[in-house]
Amino acid sequence: MGANELSRREFLKVTAAAGGFVLSAGWTQVFAQEKYGSDSMPHGAVDNPLVFVSIAPNGIVTITCHRAEMGQGVRTGMPMIVADELEADWSKVRVVQAPGDELRFGNQDTDGSRSTRHFFMPMRRCGAAARAMLEAAAAARWGVPASEVQARNHELIHAASGRKLGFGAVAADAAKRPVPAAGELRLKKAAEFRYIGKGKTRIVDAVAMTTGRAVYGQDVVLPDMHFAVVARSPVYGGKVASFDASAAMKVPGVVKVVEIKDTAIPSAFQPLAGVAVIAQTTWAAMKGRDALSIQWNDGANSAYSSDSYRTALMQAANKPGKQIRSTGDVAAAMQSAAKQLKADYYAPHLTQAPMEPPAATARIQGGRCEVWSCVQSPEAARNDVAKRLGLKREDVTVHVTLLGGGFGRKSKADFAIEAALLAKELPGKPVKVVWTRTDDLQHSYYHTVSAEHLEGGLDKDGKPVAWLHRSAGPTLMALFGPDEKLESPIELGMGLTNVPFAVPNLRIENPEAAAHTRVGWYRAVSNIPHAFAIQSFVAELAHAAGRDPKEYLLELLGPPRQIDPRSVNDTWNHGENPKLYPVDTGRLRTVTETAAKAAGWGRKLPKGRGQGIATHYSFVTYVAAVVEVVVDAKGQLQIPRVDMAIDCGAQINPERVRAQMEGACIMGLSNALSGEITFKAGRVQQTNFHDYQVLRMNAAPRAIHVHMIPGDFDAPLGGVGEPGVPPIAPALCNAIFAATGKRIRSLPIRDQLSART
Amino acid sequence: MVSLKVNGSARSFDGDADMPLLWYLRDVLQITGTKFGCGQALCGACTVHLDGVAVRSCQTPMKAASGKSVVTIEGLDAKGQHPLQVAWRELGVPQCGYCQSGQIMQAASLLKQSPLPSDAQIDAAMSGNICRCGTYTRVKAAIKRAASAKGA
Repeated sequence: MGANELSRREFLKVTAAAGGFVLSAGWTQVFAQEKYGSDSMPHGAVDNPLVFVSIAPNGIVTITCHRAEMGQGVRTGMPMIVADELEADWSKVRVVQAPGDELRFGNQDTDGSRSTRHFFMPMRRCGAAARAMLEAAAAARWGVPASEVQARNHELIHAASGRKLGFGAVAADAAKRPVPAAGELRLKKAAEFRYIGKGKTRIVDAVAMTTGRAVYGQDVVLPDMHFAVVARSPVYGGKVASFDASAAMKVPGVVKVVEIKDTAIPSAFQPLAGVAVIAQTTWAAMKGRDALSIQWNDGANSAYSSDSYRTALMQAANKPGKQIRSTGDVAAAMQSAAKQLKADYYAPHLTQAPMEPPAATARIQGGRCEVWSCVQSPEAARNDVAKRLGLKREDVTVHVTLLGGGFGRKSKADFAIEAALLAKELPGKPVKVVWTRTDDLQHSYYHTVSAEHLEGGLDKDGKPVAWLHRSAGPTLMALFGPDEKLESPIELGMGLTNVPFAVPNLRIENPEAAAHTRVGWYRAVSNIPHAFAIQSFVAELAHAAGRDPKEYLLELLGPPRQIDPRSVNDTWNHGENPKLYPVDTGRLRTVTETAAKAAGWGRKLPKGRGQGIATHYSFVTYVAAVVEVVVDAKGQLQIPRVDMAIDCGAQINPERVRAQMEGACIMGLSNALSGEITFKAGRVQQTNFHDYQVLRMNAAPRAIHVHMIPGDFDAPLGGVGEPGVPPIAPALCNAIFAATGKRIRSLPIRDQLSART
Repeated sequence: MVSLKVNGSARSFDGDADMPLLWYLRDVLQITGTKFGCGQALCGACTVHLDGVAVRSCQTPMKAASGKSVVTIEGLDAKGQHPLQVAWRELGVPQCGYCQSGQIMQAASLLKQSPLPSDAQIDAAMSGNICRCGTYTRVKAAIKRAASAKGA
């Protein structure tokens, strides 16, 4: 495992150099201390009911949600888990959002599909402890042993005497009782669950969201509020050479024009260089910005062009790179194979484009800074703001609003730092920084661009005997370290290193690729290009072997077995304990077969109609997808149906799991069909939804069927938010091949089908 | 001076008559259910009703709203019980929820014109409203549910 050790040391070096990289601190600990799950994340998990639960004398139970809501349903799911163990009546539960304070609430960094998988058990313990405290308080009131009192549906019941008390009646007493130790708690059996696993709990914010009362980062309203927009360096690393604000200051409503100083690149989460216009309305600020005259020093990244970079990346993927994993002798096996196949795949930069563009409001008063924003990681935002303002962490508060979509973009709180810097200019007044859509598309933290080179060798029976995969693309670590050119263990562990195929000779390599923009994480991250290439290539091999793609895929997965991720050089394993979370090919087979069966795989289809299948393991969850397409003579594509099967272990809120799969399907299709960010002279060329096209209803599948594999509530849970995305693009491309014979190797698909002859 | 009605209340505005209605609603009146998504009428998040018809408020200058009646998501139904709002909740349509004000306002305008819309009519009316969370299949199902509830 020499290669492993090297990458680990490099990784530690990188993260040490990065300093404030809070998000990776957990990942560092994975290597340094062999901690897993929530223990591996900064500040771990907290399960103290005094932190999360309060009960009013009228019986209303208020539960604090410490994770950020961005559509995944966490403000419903987390409190629902607590309420179930507490035996609370859901109609008497209210949910409040925690500010950023990991010392109090435990880890709040809402990404990596971690919330439910890391906090299911802590939230259960939290609810069970609160229940025990209520029971003990009622028992004391009645002078009976606590073991004789039971909480049931918001009441405390002494069966022997028929006495009952409401939660509110003993709440104050209960809060004074000692919190029972984890080992003393009686957790419910799955059969006793009231809400967990049922999928009957309505979304907490459903009324607010359907009546316009839900408050997102863009919606924060405070007295004497000011609004700002920022003209940012069009090139990553560029600086303001000079600017003239005189015309901007003449726009009615404009109050102030302020330069935002850049920090050195790599920028981590620091704002880009820019000039901000603060005004009395967003509109005045935008008009003021239009009137600015700014000269930029673009810097070295002004040479970044997607056209030439693509060529360079494809060339890099066609030459040997750093060896990541090697089994057997690929060169020899390839040479002696009856048939050899090569394919090059390309997956472009993407951006998250959440419907709510980033926004943050800040106010600085009496040496304290208060921020209201749609941030995925409020503790990181708090620390970043404090550091940039030169304040203590204790003097910064970050209130978390609803997030109008996040998808990884809002993990990087550059916009909150901007708001804080501008609030400094108007002491005592709140300043809201509004990002426009163009700002969002042109100054994002982009999903990487990648070239994937695959080679396969088949024996005379068409069985794969050799597999070579080279993956080249800029790493998100380049955001934190100046010379990062190799994929980190985290990115490699997203379906590349840990490819679970039963092929005797296998080699995986990672050629270098430099980053020239802010590369960040986007829902499912590196799983997107890895799954696209791997699952497309499997179908290509199947075709070459004259075999059914599903049968061939199952054969490649091999017999059901549990692979220790360490045995395939995956040192990360999504931060989870490799003993609890092996890669289980049996589970991959099950989702593959489930999706195929439900979709009516293999049934006779008319000309121009086809099915494609793909399966992928990510975020310790197994998802397969079958996409069915119709392509007409002009190359117009329709998607009658998609079937997805997910095994994430037990589904805590199956209704939201279903919603996440539906959403992942739409996002995966969006990525594949039209998603592409391109650069020219270092500048992003896309400006709005007309040239960064995302899927709309008319192109959406007519039906998305989600099939959930039942799981054991006592077994480790998988992630849900992200793992639905990766199999969609390859399943779609495989379906297009089945329908038309056209193999898509370069994303997005856009008009490639109309060009076919 | 622009005079208009917003959710039934008479209002007047003497600022920049070229300012989009969206910013008047959000920054001046501070009713924020109408969302900012693109600023160029490409996503539908800012959809409101102008004299009963769905328009994109980000591309509706204040002067174009003069003398007209504006209804926002907050004013669609006094109790938030419009059949679409009810159907949205029953089917768990929202994920992040940000685009849903616009989706509902667009759908309400559709149902006024076509009380029992076909799939093709729904696609045609709703394809200007983007949802990045991907709730399209549920949006469509909820429109159908609301339509049949209304018709019944």
